[in-house]
Amino acid sequence: MFVSLLLLDHDRKVFKRYVEIGRVALVNYGKEYGRLVVIVDVVDQNRVLVDYPDIVRGQMNLKRLQLTDFKIDIPRVPKKKTLVAALEEADIKNKWESSSWGRKLIVQKRRAALTDFERFKVMLAKIKRGAAIRQELSKLKKQNAS
Amino acid sequence: GFLLLPPFAAPLLSTEGAFPSAAREGVEEGEEGAAARGAEGGAAMAIFRFHQYQVVGRALPSPSEEHPKIFRMKLWATNEVRAKSKFWYFLRKLKKVKKSNGQVLAINEIFEKKPTTIKNFGIWLRYQSRTGYHNMYKEYRDTTLNGAVEQMYTEMASRHRVRHPCIQIIKTATIPSKLCKRENTKQFHDSKIKFPLVNRKVRPPTRKLKTTFKATRPNVFM
Repeated sequence: MFVSLLLLDHDRKVFKRYVEIGRVALVNYGKEYGRLVVIVDVVDQNRVLVDYPDIVRGQMNLKRLQLTDFKIDIPRVPKKKTLVAALEEADIKNKWESSSWGRKLIVQKRRAALTDFERFKVMLAKIKRGAAIRQELSKLKKQNAS
Repeated sequence: GFLLLPPFAAPLLSTEGAFPSAAREGVEEGEEGAAARGAEGGAAMAIFRFHQYQVVGRALPSPSEEHPKIFRMKLWATNEVRAKSKFWYFLRKLKKVKKSNGQVLAINEIFEKKPTTIKNFGIWLRYQSRTGYHNMYKEYRDTTLNGAVEQMYTEMASRHRVRHPCIQIIKTATIPSKLCKRENTKQFHDSKIKFPLVNRKVRPPTRKLKTTFKATRPNVFM
């Protein structure tokens, strides 16, 4: 007698990111780790043809890719020029770098590239920030206590 | 340069039966290996176990036959030595010539002309099962013919337990989408193809970061 609400709710989509032509994906395994690519065609269930302005178009296993929210409007297997133009139009680079996921990756890269002196400076900055927070907190505590 | 195939050699080369030759159009030899192209940061080019070779050979000239007929074969082997061996194996079955009284005139590796486009490959093969010989036609979607042949070998091994020495490739061809027979390949002939990734396996970005125990349960959605 129990009818699943999921079955009744036709408008709600469970999946938001699809493997489709024009989907922007992030490579998260292998030689091309950390690079954005665009899916330009589907070989079969597990592999897709990917392309980006600075790489040679080639196939990749979907296991190495993580789909992003971004999708551009391209025909199947576009010429390099068309791809570059579509990427420019959709402004993927800026959208990616201003998205929370993209920003996190940039921060990770920066942190990994810190020198020892920079890490020392970060430590001092953290201490300073912590001290400022605790000062404010103790002020608020005093206010509340009184 | 150089090889004069006598005009009547052509029908001889295309006999039916166990004569493995690739009927693929537009074969080019001596093209720079795709591995070099992929090295500049491309997403492609796997290492292929099976390479495609063109082997050309003939019987040795003798007083009775000054200019023996020259035969050409396209076949798959792991290396050139094996390719030559396979050439003689097949030629022995068709002509009265052996390696000892013949010569290989040329052996060239054949590389994929356009490894950046997806093609549908049809492979006709003859294989030996536990109970006899059978013919088969299989279809694969891949960017390169070598990739499709490799898929074929692994699929035959897994589905039919047929090891690669027991498989003879009769013919391979690039099939236009309209003529594909298998539903498995036809389901990808959709210019607006779209599917979600269900039940993703989370894995660390390098093997070094693999651990036996994890602190949290995996998030399998995306």
